[in-house]
Amino acid sequence: MSPADFAFYLLAGLTLLCGFLVVANPFSRSPVTSAMFLVLTIICLAGLFVLLHAFFLAAVQILVYAGAVMVLFLFVIMLLDLKEEDRRKFNRFGVGAGLASVAGLAGVLVLSVLKGRAAPGGINPSLEGSTSALGRVLFTEFVLPFEVVSLVLLVAMVGVILLSKKDLQ
Amino acid sequence: MMKVGLEHYLVVSGLLFCLGVLGVILRRNLLVLYMSLELMLNAANLALVAFSRFNDHLNGQVMVFFIITVAAAEVAVGLALIVALYRKRQSAHVEDLASLKL
Repeated sequence: MSPADFAFYLLAGLTLLCGFLVVANPFSRSPVTSAMFLVLTIICLAGLFVLLHAFFLAAVQILVYAGAVMVLFLFVIMLLDLKEEDRRKFNRFGVGAGLASVAGLAGVLVLSVLKGRAAPGGINPSLEGSTSALGRVLFTEFVLPFEVVSLVLLVAMVGVILLSKKDLQ
Repeated sequence: MMKVGLEHYLVVSGLLFCLGVLGVILRRNLLVLYMSLELMLNAANLALVAFSRFNDHLNGQVMVFFIITVAAAEVAVGLALIVALYRKRQSAHVEDLASLKL
């Protein structure tokens, strides 16, 4: 097994483990622990991006998700002063049905991947996702979506400022 | 163990997506629900980057770039909504937020 394969199995296992601890941590139900494990998941995913030679996206993943988005989450948790989530009684039927449907979804996804045909790139991919190549595509072929996305960010910013005003009229 | 290919990444991505769905179904805290949504978005991102690499095409990575941007905007708006709701209802628990009228 090559070092890259070993790194893949390590990072994939860590990603799934941390992802599981985000949604169903057996030791703590506080949102802060969930947020911390989400940070770990995102860092492991950035490692997987590096293995896929998407270096720019790995950096963006760390900067935007682990940096900005998670700080926002923690800030809101702090602002709301959320206590440990009290254990309300679960609807047993609902939980059972939810688990069954998620297991079914996982089965369908995994089986469809395993039964599918191999990718044309085959087992030896040659794409190098260099930052300059990505930037060139972004500013030539996708320049209109790029500008529209900046508008989306502006709209989100104005909307958030309006929403967080004291008196919502 | 065989050499790592596209299938491996897609299986990881699918399982991560299922974990996100599980979080949305099982958890009752609005913020944790939101984190599960992020998990699902990240699973989609992983699948897109893997497709991009194994199909020798850069468009998948451009798509991921846009998804990350839109997700950041979505988180900002969503968290502002949660804070506004919390001010009105003093609760971030989905079962307490069952009526439309404030």
